[in-house]
Amino acid sequence: MSRSTPVATRPRPKTPSPAAGPLKRYRSSVGKKAVMAVTGAILVLFLIAHAIGNLKVFLGREDFDHYSHWLRSVGEPAIPHRTFLTAMEVVLTVAVLLHIWAAISLARQARQARPVRYAARPKAHENRYATHVMRYGGIVVLLFVIWHLLDLTFGAVNPKGGDAQPYDKVIADFDPSRWYITLFYVVAVILVGLHLRHGLFSAVQTLGWGRQRRYPAVRLAADVVAALLVIGFVSVPVMVTIGVLN
Amino acid sequence: MKLTLKIWRQKNAADEGRMVSYEIDDVSPDMSFLEMLDVLNERLILDGEDPVAFDHDCREGICGMCSLVIDGTPHGPEKATTTCQLHMRKFKDGDVITIEPWRARAFPVVKDLVVDRSAFDRIIQAGGYVSAPTGSAPEAAAIPVPKEDANKAFDAATCIGCGACVAACPNASAMLFTAAKITHLGLLPQGQPERYDRVVKMVDQMDAEGFGGCTNTGECTAVCPKGIPFETISRLNADLLKASRG
Repeated sequence: MSRSTPVATRPRPKTPSPAAGPLKRYRSSVGKKAVMAVTGAILVLFLIAHAIGNLKVFLGREDFDHYSHWLRSVGEPAIPHRTFLTAMEVVLTVAVLLHIWAAISLARQARQARPVRYAARPKAHENRYATHVMRYGGIVVLLFVIWHLLDLTFGAVNPKGGDAQPYDKVIADFDPSRWYITLFYVVAVILVGLHLRHGLFSAVQTLGWGRQRRYPAVRLAADVVAALLVIGFVSVPVMVTIGVLN
Repeated sequence: MKLTLKIWRQKNAADEGRMVSYEIDDVSPDMSFLEMLDVLNERLILDGEDPVAFDHDCREGICGMCSLVIDGTPHGPEKATTTCQLHMRKFKDGDVITIEPWRARAFPVVKDLVVDRSAFDRIIQAGGYVSAPTGSAPEAAAIPVPKEDANKAFDAATCIGCGACVAACPNASAMLFTAAKITHLGLLPQGQPERYDRVVKMVDQMDAEGFGGCTNTGECTAVCPKGIPFETISRLNADLLKASRG
């Protein structure tokens, strides 16, 4: 039957344009994934440092505010005030933008790759939730980060405003009367954790280190790092809201 | 057994296509899935209707011609089994079974359940070969291959090119297919001279054909009738990144 069917008339596929230099390679689908993996790794390293810094709030007001001050004065007088922090902000911004660029570009390619959808709901054989947590979850995480910056970095939506000391901002932000803010942070951070759960595993695979015998350990490590980060981040707002920190 | 089949009917590449329901009686649990469709087609021909076009050839699970997304799963519910080796005993009397073609822009529908998989051929043509002088067969022991490498290369070489990986992937990506060939040749001494050139050419062709990118969901390897390991994709990534670094 298949033998007698006429060959589909379709345009000859485009011959891929020859590579022009090493940067060009990162425009392939595999190259974009590598961009996502590397920028994602930078962001995870930042999150680990960020979580450790947050936990200093449990050492008391003085330690926490001093740490915040140190982030701005580190390296002085060899380097000008706020050099380190500004450099970090630039690196993180570039990483976020590249991560999003690659994600949008790959999501668009994927959408175009299947113009007609299946009538039957495709069964998930693996953790298909991953794609939703990554793409749609990623958008929610981005919105959360914007809110978070307006809240605790710029103070625009913080009850204490932008000029208050960090410790006061945190305590006021997660006051028991503002439990919904705490809830929002907890939900958002759990979403970040789910994003990292797949993201960390995926980065190892994308950077070429994935092997059958390593997968169980890589998945476990990804889960542990994601869980520790979630616990570390969630502990601060929750402890403030339930009154342990005040 | 009595079954209801919901089958994708599409006259030709230009037709829009639609799902059509068929009732079928007297299905033996010992029939293969394709024999069940043969019985339906005999009836359709006797009734003067157009039989359902579907791809098949060896019916032994080794040629890679049969396809079909059965209830949302490429090659149906039995793991590591092609549609032709799937038997009706896997279904129950009264079941409603949805049968669709592979869905991907790079695999246009020719008719009904038949898709044009020439895109795979072009990916292989782009680099899925080794250049070797023709003539008499070389002495088998002249080039030693470590047993472990031979096993892994063979695992990858069992790919029959059916396209289930593309059909199952939420991104309609052809990574597992391409990675199987990259791994097969990349692990063997004969594949070394063209190794990095090969990965660049094959990935470029894969993207040019309109497949999506890989997001490491693992759906491909879960439905693969030959169980091509997930690590082949990481091996491809490693080779591409090495090629990109020059």
